[in-house]
Amino acid sequence: MSEITAMTALEVSKKVKDKELKVAEVLKAQLDKIKERDPEYHCYITVSEEEAYKQADEVQARIDSGDLQGAHLAGVPMAVKDNICTEGIKTTCASKILSNFVPTYDATVIEKLKKSGAIILGKTNMDEFAMGSTTETSYYGEAKNPWNKKHVTGGSSGGSAAAVAAEEAFYALGSDTGGSIRQPASYCGVTGIKPTYGTVSRYGLIAYASSLDQIGTIGRNISDCAASLEVISGHDRKDATSIDQKSYEYTHALIDNVKGLKIGVPSDYFDDGLDEEVKDSLFKAMEVFRRKGAIVEEFELHSVKYAIPSYYVIACAEASSNLSRFDGVKYGYRTPNYEGLQEVYKNTRSEGFGDEVKRRMMIGAFVLSSGYYDAFYNKALKVRAIINQSFQKAFDRYDIILGPTAPTTAPVLGSSLADPLKMYLSDIYTVSVNLAGLPSVSLPCGRDSKGLPIGMQLTGKHFGEKDIIRAAYSYEQEACYLRPNLDERKVH
Amino acid sequence: MKAYETVIGLEVHVELATKSKIFCGCTTQFGGEPNTHCCPVCTGMPGTLPVLNKQVVEFAMAAGLALGCTITQNCKFDRKNYFYPDLPKAYQISQLYLPICRDGGIEIETESGKKIVRIHEIHMEEDAGKLVHDPWEDCTLVDYNRCGVPLIEIVSEPDMRSAEEVVAYLEKLRLILQYLGVSDCKMQEGSLRADINLSVREVGATEFGTRTEMKNMNSFKAIARAIEGERKRQIELLEYGKQVIQETRRWDDNKDTSFAMRSKEDAQDYRYFPEPDLPPIEISDAWIEKVKASQPELRDEKMLRYQKEFDLPAYDASILTASRHLADLFEATVALCSKPKEVSNWLMVETMRLLKEMEMEADEIRFKPTQLAELIELVDSNKINRTVAKEVFEKVFKENVNPAQYVEEKGLGMVSDDGLLRSTIERIISENSQSVIDYKNGKTKAMGFLVGQTMKEMKGKADPGRVNEIVKELLDLA
Repeated sequence: MSEITAMTALEVSKKVKDKELKVAEVLKAQLDKIKERDPEYHCYITVSEEEAYKQADEVQARIDSGDLQGAHLAGVPMAVKDNICTEGIKTTCASKILSNFVPTYDATVIEKLKKSGAIILGKTNMDEFAMGSTTETSYYGEAKNPWNKKHVTGGSSGGSAAAVAAEEAFYALGSDTGGSIRQPASYCGVTGIKPTYGTVSRYGLIAYASSLDQIGTIGRNISDCAASLEVISGHDRKDATSIDQKSYEYTHALIDNVKGLKIGVPSDYFDDGLDEEVKDSLFKAMEVFRRKGAIVEEFELHSVKYAIPSYYVIACAEASSNLSRFDGVKYGYRTPNYEGLQEVYKNTRSEGFGDEVKRRMMIGAFVLSSGYYDAFYNKALKVRAIINQSFQKAFDRYDIILGPTAPTTAPVLGSSLADPLKMYLSDIYTVSVNLAGLPSVSLPCGRDSKGLPIGMQLTGKHFGEKDIIRAAYSYEQEACYLRPNLDERKVH
Repeated sequence: MKAYETVIGLEVHVELATKSKIFCGCTTQFGGEPNTHCCPVCTGMPGTLPVLNKQVVEFAMAAGLALGCTITQNCKFDRKNYFYPDLPKAYQISQLYLPICRDGGIEIETESGKKIVRIHEIHMEEDAGKLVHDPWEDCTLVDYNRCGVPLIEIVSEPDMRSAEEVVAYLEKLRLILQYLGVSDCKMQEGSLRADINLSVREVGATEFGTRTEMKNMNSFKAIARAIEGERKRQIELLEYGKQVIQETRRWDDNKDTSFAMRSKEDAQDYRYFPEPDLPPIEISDAWIEKVKASQPELRDEKMLRYQKEFDLPAYDASILTASRHLADLFEATVALCSKPKEVSNWLMVETMRLLKEMEMEADEIRFKPTQLAELIELVDSNKINRTVAKEVFEKVFKENVNPAQYVEEKGLGMVSDDGLLRSTIERIISENSQSVIDYKNGKTKAMGFLVGQTMKEMKGKADPGRVNEIVKELLDLA
């Protein structure tokens, strides 16, 4: 059955709609693959098998009745990052504090997916509350990179990226606050897209940093990403930051043509911090674009070095506030050891949260405290405005900004935990995109000498998703790089 | 003892009368079984997001415009972070940096004259839930029904100098807000609550003294007593050479004293920052104009109009407009029966008497304009006399009966059968021969006695004018 799970999401959906495959048949193949591989890679926290079979029956009936003709991904099993609320299915944020939390409602993206005939396989592993760049801070244990089990998957959507790479899901939802879709996509050799802030409803996404968080998709190729993004995008009146855009037909941008497309490459991205092999792959990618008729130019973006500190101040500040609702009073874990209210709070939170989450909440509380607000938080907001301006200026000249997704390929498990600052730096190329709210995609552009995948990041203007999708699609058609084949890899 | 001056500023929380909550579609209705008026949004479930109710902005703007404020056209919300079980998100969405209204003021009048109390700002925020302590089970339960009920907080400058001024300010504020329809301002239900900031200083001093804050006062009487108590306490401290400590105090109206709740030292750092889940609110000139145009007539205008349009005395006009509900009732009734003075009398005299007797507020009146108009019509067309009318009105007021139907059922209609009247009076005259002799001897009082006896015999249902006529006629014949 492995030939089913090796297909792309769009291929599977077509076969299901053409009655060549039954939804339940696809689902069974996928669940079998999960049973075979997940003990090894640990992409999932929860697999909701029973619920998935129920959905498969319903979707099959809708397909048979012709109800889902226009739905690109009807009948395709997919995975959801465990910080997106699913009614009746445990949603833990990979934290002890929500280890028993079963939401009473569906996130808007889940409503949309169900409506268009998706089958939800379960909830994927992640860094606790999406804080981390390796999926090692999960209360349930780390996920492992399908290319090499000794390496991390990246984070925080590491479970989602690894599930897609290991053929444990056709595509997956992730969330991206500072690179949490793109960086694991890069480490796991898959394609991940983070849309413009406000394009996808955040209703039902358990917040890490509200002004930066955005849900996006991870797929085997850009076509699956575009198709799944099309399903989940759109204005939602339940999210006041959701923006009403007219066109969400991202699949229309799957065109092999970059003639005249202006691509800017920030020279500041290629300094000492960047791994040589990553650099080489990117230069080759730039050549591909040039060969296909795009205009590729270097320019200076500046502001890059301020992005990380500004990001951590803003993200931690918002996180300290967003996570204060987990107090043991209303839901989730409550300490059994307490006398009085203050102890309920203190002990629940001390026992319920992991170290990285505590560290960020403390940083956040500190930068917001009345004595330090202006020195840190306010200053970070100003830096954010400057970063925004420098992108605006760049987009006056270019349609797309091309750069690396991460400075290196996937590090070895455990190596970043000892040095959080080093881990924070793995987001250096991704965070400024979130600060500016821009759309950005990471796609594979080669492998290093250890065989680990390298990612390229294409960033567009606000609502410029179609530009980056077209560029990614064109690149995919030319690149010698092929999507991973796990069975072949085992031979290495 | 030195001469001291009291300096008072108020923070007044007002629950807005919107149908749904500030950030979700749940009802704002008071009461209701615990935790039945809530949803994932107002209980702060993980992943939920607030969406602003436009009506709240319009109500806040209406209040601001009526209080002479400037509207902040690019205002936004901020988060105020603190842990408390009745605050489910562990932060309150409020406004710190850019409140919706600023720099207003209202004129108050006390025995010492008129003065302006300046308004520093008005901001919008959400209410918290309620803790219910169960002494039997020795536990605390949480009711989230009130979570997310919209509030505006009206912050005055420290311009008041006495309890009398504070009460005048609050009464005026309440009246304006009720007239605007933005709040019912029921203190007993907590829809209007005041925090009092009070300090004292020597007369002539320019610096303010150290202030204390008394929280959540919910009756005018308690407020007046608390101000007096706190003023004395602070003066006493200063007279003994001690210092007033900046702290929050709770007034206990039963013990007639206040006690410290928390001092400045353990005051919270609320770690305010701009609310990232809500975009800034852009208020256009056109929007302000629209709210301005839909502003209802306020009390002062209404008082003048009643005197002019309905030819009412100033006294009547001031009583009728002292409550929006009473004024509305008045106007609706006049529209039905076009007898302004008559309607005014029923409202000013009988209604006021019954309200006082039953310890009710004007907005608790249950009868409808149609009922009062019908009653007036019954009197006007001689169907009942005034004595009966008062009796019927009391039934209307207390039991909400239908006047015409009640008169019919109880047989209270005036007896207009002249033959019956005449024979009754003849009988009474023959039974009271002494009165006839007295009348003949010029004692006119005797006639009054006979009229009274007749009214009594007729159980009050006779037309007193007609009875007078017949008694006189028969006496003169006798």
